[in-house]
Amino acid sequence: MDNHTGFDFRGNIRDALGNSQLRKNLKFAMTALAEKRRAIFTDKARFEEMRTTVNAIRKRSLSKLPELLDRLEKKCTENGIIVHWAETTAEANDTVLSIVKQHGATAVVKGKSMVSEEMHLNRFLLGNQVEPIETDLGEFIIQLADETPSHIIVPAIHKNRGEVGKLFSEKIPGTPYTDVPEELTEIARAELRRKYYETPVGISGVNMAVAETGTLCLVENEGNGRMCTTAPDVHIAIMGLEKVVENLTDVPPILRLLTGSATGQLITTYFNMITSPRKAGEKDGPKEVHLVILDNGRSDILADPELRQTLLCIRCGTCLNHCPVYVRIGGHAYHYTYPGPIGEILTPQMEGLETAGTLTTASSLCNACSEVCPAMIPIPDLIRRLRNESYDTGGSVKGHGYKANPLEKVIWKGWELVNRHPGLNALSTKMAGVFGPVLPKAGPLKAWTRVRNRPTFAKKSLHELVKEEGVSDE
Amino acid sequence: MRNHYPDKPKRVYFFGTCLIDMSYPEAGMAGIRLIRREGVGVIFPQAQSCCGQPAYNSGFPEEARAVARKQLRTFPADYPIVVPSGSCAGMMKVHYPHLFEGDPEYDAACRFSDRVFELTEFLVHVLKVRLEDRGEPVTVTWHSSCHALREMGVTEDSKRLIRQLKNVTLKELERENECCGFGGTFSVKQPEISAAMVADKVADVRGTGASRLIGGDCGCLMNITGAMGKKSVPVTGQHIAEFIWERTNG
Ligand code: SF4
Repeated sequence: MDNHTGFDFRGNIRDALGNSQLRKNLKFAMTALAEKRRAIFTDKARFEEMRTTVNAIRKRSLSKLPELLDRLEKKCTENGIIVHWAETTAEANDTVLSIVKQHGATAVVKGKSMVSEEMHLNRFLLGNQVEPIETDLGEFIIQLADETPSHIIVPAIHKNRGEVGKLFSEKIPGTPYTDVPEELTEIARAELRRKYYETPVGISGVNMAVAETGTLCLVENEGNGRMCTTAPDVHIAIMGLEKVVENLTDVPPILRLLTGSATGQLITTYFNMITSPRKAGEKDGPKEVHLVILDNGRSDILADPELRQTLLCIRCGTCLNHCPVYVRIGGHAYHYTYPGPIGEILTPQMEGLETAGTLTTASSLCNACSEVCPAMIPIPDLIRRLRNESYDTGGSVKGHGYKANPLEKVIWKGWELVNRHPGLNALSTKMAGVFGPVLPKAGPLKAWTRVRNRPTFAKKSLHELVKEEGVSDE
Repeated sequence: MRNHYPDKPKRVYFFGTCLIDMSYPEAGMAGIRLIRREGVGVIFPQAQSCCGQPAYNSGFPEEARAVARKQLRTFPADYPIVVPSGSCAGMMKVHYPHLFEGDPEYDAACRFSDRVFELTEFLVHVLKVRLEDRGEPVTVTWHSSCHALREMGVTEDSKRLIRQLKNVTLKELERENECCGFGGTFSVKQPEISAAMVADKVADVRGTGASRLIGGDCGCLMNITGAMGKKSVPVTGQHIAEFIWERTNG
């Protein structure tokens, strides 16, 4: 059933499950993150109040998104920020490259940006003789390891400090092995310090963009984001078009839930608000600031009133931290940039169901994600909707109906029939009782019985027992 | 989750769930007996079948709706509908309105949903049962289905009933809120992940040292006890209705 898809999800899952170090690292890290979060949202009623507020802010932003984006562009331009629009990731990459080339740069320093991952910007820059230097500690680690992020907040969460120490000692010349976190940070810092000043272009993501004032907000803990956006002469910020909010007053409630959900922090160490390039008389800051606004399928998502809720996401990553599937297979198994519950609903819509629809099977619909999501995205409902679309030849999502096959339809029609007709229902229950124990282990039963005893069937159904007991029928 | 509960009614409907019907009918009978013992009449419409959740979660809303419609018509009177499963109750209570959006029977679905109660929630809040334990001392652990926990919000009610039994020691699972990996068709569509989840759950159950695992949902019970059986883990599983009936009727 999955052979329509562009990647081997099943194989990825098997590899991940077979990697006991990975599973240990993930369990350890996720438990820590979930506990930190729990420690900060102790008052359930207050938390519900806050997320209702954030949900309302995000909904309002989406409901007038075109207007807000217009205002954002106007304000930014007034402030001296140059705004670029990109419909596809290819367009966004070209835009970034042309700015880089205009300044004759052969390297760029980068802060953490999931949108740049979505664009595969690093690969693209490398292919065009520009060296991207990741400066976020996690991103630095995975760049050394030649990997991609496995989490949207903590990119190297799949590695423990021993593995990081080993990587550093192997890849950074003259570095002895250590697994002391402070020393590891110090090594990365020493590597990166100079680069901020030597490199003419810095790239960052955007956590929120404020339409009212043309302000780009950037949340971080290491200061590397501030270095990337102030030390080089040119700063390029990249954002998905849904990241806009209307007013400055919209920022604090979102920030509060973003940091609390992501890392269990009340505030982060750095919160940057970028409103313009360096002004006359100012001593630092880039001379040029660019904002690249990427669509990449987001307008299509916005067009559907139910699926639009996907775009409420503030990328806090807490749905990943609480997902029993993510914690067992890790981010790389999902193949695409956004893993975990948010990835299960975002990726198939961006990439098309025919390529990434199989991601929607990786959920037991346990609701743990929607319970914690600060934006109140009903992720399981959206997963269900995408599962429906996978079979629906009249659907609206890209790649809809890719799973439509007569056999499965017939099976569910049969199920429907049996469950609508009491006689058939009784008969099938009876047959399960009679044939259940002797059924060959094939198909679903085979998968089931690999780790479990086969289900047993009762001799008499509840329907029969109640009759014998004289329970009234109506 | 509910703000207020109705007074004790004269009569209720009992919805048995398809899994109980097929594999755990004694759990259903125990639920019915527990309600009758409180002097409340139980009606079991023979035309009932499945809540529709398997199709609903698998991408077949039309088929789910057809089966759900059948249930709407099978429970016509204004009695509470008691369901010995957090998952099926969640389907009927939380998802029917969504499933019937834009359908002529939307209002009927909403009225139906209003009448749905999970069994332990009903025993605690509406019947206000007081249980008298007649069993030998035993240590048990409790597994909550995700939907009892997060859709119906009745986990505390179930545990409150267990705590009423004075010879029963309840040892909680370390990761009580984590899914056991059943998820209906999930266990079939993603068998490896599901297997990893249930293996961890079994380890957690063992860690409690309990000799019995009590649950309110037969899907999860079938999953966990099936995995325990395969590994010869000496812990038995039981539906909470059957457990309570056994302890208080002996
Ligand atoms: S879906 Fe919700 S929980 Fe997940 S990353 Fe987005 S905002 Fe955070």
